[in-house]
Amino acid sequence: MGTFIVRRLLVALGVALTISVVSFMLLHLSGDLATSIAGPEATAEQVAQIRTEYGLDRPIVSQYLDWLGGALQFDFGRSYYYQSTVVELIVERMPITLTLGGLALGLAVCISIPLGVVAALKRDSWVDRLALLFAVVGQAMPSFWFGLTLIVVFAVTLKWLPAAGSGGLEHFILPAIALGYYATPAMMRLTRTGMLEVLESDYIRTARAKGLSTTAVIFKHALRNAIIPVVALAAVELGFMLGGSVVIESVFSLGGLGQLAWDAISRNDYPVVQAVVLIIALFYIVLTLLADIANAALDPRIRTR
Amino acid sequence: MPLLDVQDLRVDLPVEAGTLHAVRGIDLSVERGEMLCLVGESGCGKSMTSLALMGLLPRRARLSAGRLDFDGESLTALSERRRGQLRGRRMAMIFQEPMTALNPAYTLGNQLCEAFLRHRLGNRRQARERAIELLERVGISAAAERLAQYPHQLSGGLRQRVMIAMALMCDPDLIIADEPTTALDVTIQAQILRLLRDLQQELGTAVIFITHDLGVVARIADRVAVMYAGEVIETAPTQALYANPSHPYTRGLLSCIPAPGKTPPGSRLQAIPGVVPSLVGEVEGCAFRNRCPLVREGQVDAARCERTPELRQLAGAHQARCHYAEHRAATRVVQPELSP
Repeated sequence: MGTFIVRRLLVALGVALTISVVSFMLLHLSGDLATSIAGPEATAEQVAQIRTEYGLDRPIVSQYLDWLGGALQFDFGRSYYYQSTVVELIVERMPITLTLGGLALGLAVCISIPLGVVAALKRDSWVDRLALLFAVVGQAMPSFWFGLTLIVVFAVTLKWLPAAGSGGLEHFILPAIALGYYATPAMMRLTRTGMLEVLESDYIRTARAKGLSTTAVIFKHALRNAIIPVVALAAVELGFMLGGSVVIESVFSLGGLGQLAWDAISRNDYPVVQAVVLIIALFYIVLTLLADIANAALDPRIRTR
Repeated sequence: MPLLDVQDLRVDLPVEAGTLHAVRGIDLSVERGEMLCLVGESGCGKSMTSLALMGLLPRRARLSAGRLDFDGESLTALSERRRGQLRGRRMAMIFQEPMTALNPAYTLGNQLCEAFLRHRLGNRRQARERAIELLERVGISAAAERLAQYPHQLSGGLRQRVMIAMALMCDPDLIIADEPTTALDVTIQAQILRLLRDLQQELGTAVIFITHDLGVVARIADRVAVMYAGEVIETAPTQALYANPSHPYTRGLLSCIPAPGKTPPGSRLQAIPGVVPSLVGEVEGCAFRNRCPLVREGQVDAARCERTPELRQLAGAHQARCHYAEHRAATRVVQPELSP
């Protein structure tokens, strides 16, 4: 298990470096940064001045190494737009995104796994059909529209919960439902398929032949094996929710990382874009790593191969 | 009183085309400490019979039985709860595929101790001690270390030994072994067979051994029941069956076994021509008549075979389901070697 984790960590490090190189290059290849920072009305001298000031006239490799050197010490430079460092901006926004993503994933797991198990156990019954309907609706409905509907019903009409802002936990309930519902169908259906497959397997028959109770057969022997692919999917979903919650964050005016990235892109705030891209990539890497470790803990065939 | 007494056991499965009569009224009895072999080709209902005895039939299957008594207690009258207390405790099962019959996610120790703990035969330490003792008994070295291993770390033969140890954990009265050696290499097969027979004789456990291989039967069984198309068509003590096979199907099966030194090299391997009749819907008359060499060669009155034959007493405990069981056909039967 130890060597397994070390090996995975080394791979993760390589992936992180690659992403930082690629995103840095892409940003610098997307056009002349100095021109877009200076704006459409700037004179040639102003552009040239910005170019020297921001070090954009130096070779791209040395620019990258400078940036990497800073990044390794958690120094991502200053925002071109806000009067603060990039790190301050990210530290300020991160808790919002983490809370939203964590709540949404928790909600999705709590609904999708039990629902998937019940749907598999009661295959082709009305419960199964209802779960399928729930999944299809979730997959078909745009999340911004569902978010707006939630606001109309629970914030405007019923006045139970606030519609916007990020002051307290109550502000996160509606966005977490909107974001979590989006992640539920895939996990629910994967759980259902996995359970159906596992319940047919020989070792379930062995478990029943031992006289074990139905509960032990389902939860100890079946779910443990059916859940393995769901863990990996949940990690990807969480990564998506942390990085891709731009839409939900703007619908509910939650100033999280997604919104920061969006604003930074539209304001040509390159240091912020670069840092947020790296942070979101790191989320994915860490989550995939955690999923691999969780999978290895669940499936002995992975860790002792 | 026999340990297991089954009369007129029937298992029906609803299928698209109607009802599949997988088991069509079989009678079985197993004495304590006896080894009964249930022989037949694929689809003859032998696995369905074993699942019916264990109470592990698929939910859609319908079971009926004139009598289904285990140790004097009617199994059909038991609640699912009481049935669960019997299963794994007093009747255990060994399955065909050792590669998939163990849960890949749990250690051998965990899976071995499970039934022992479920049936409250002792605490964890006692369960562990019993698991080690049984692993050693089935010929697994370094038993204590094996408990921490996972199924994928073991070969097929070792896993089947673990399955046998697992079945023995609660010291059952009856073990049902469903083709336990079919998936194994020939050399491993012989080892596992010997192990099962030794254990059965030493512990006095009754065993129902299910196989399609009459060669295996000769080496281990006390008594044989040959199944065809969901029925028992011949049953006899092993010696009597080999000395005097009375149903044309049994004779056909025996002639299919090549015997070293007796079957001339280069000669054609014997096979029974034709296929098993469909068991969807009612089967009228003798189920074997469309493949029967006696009928084909005109040695018997085919019209009589249109009537369903009864399982008739021949001599002693020898019974056969054939109107012409006393007819000695010219089918060459090679006697397989009987074990001493």
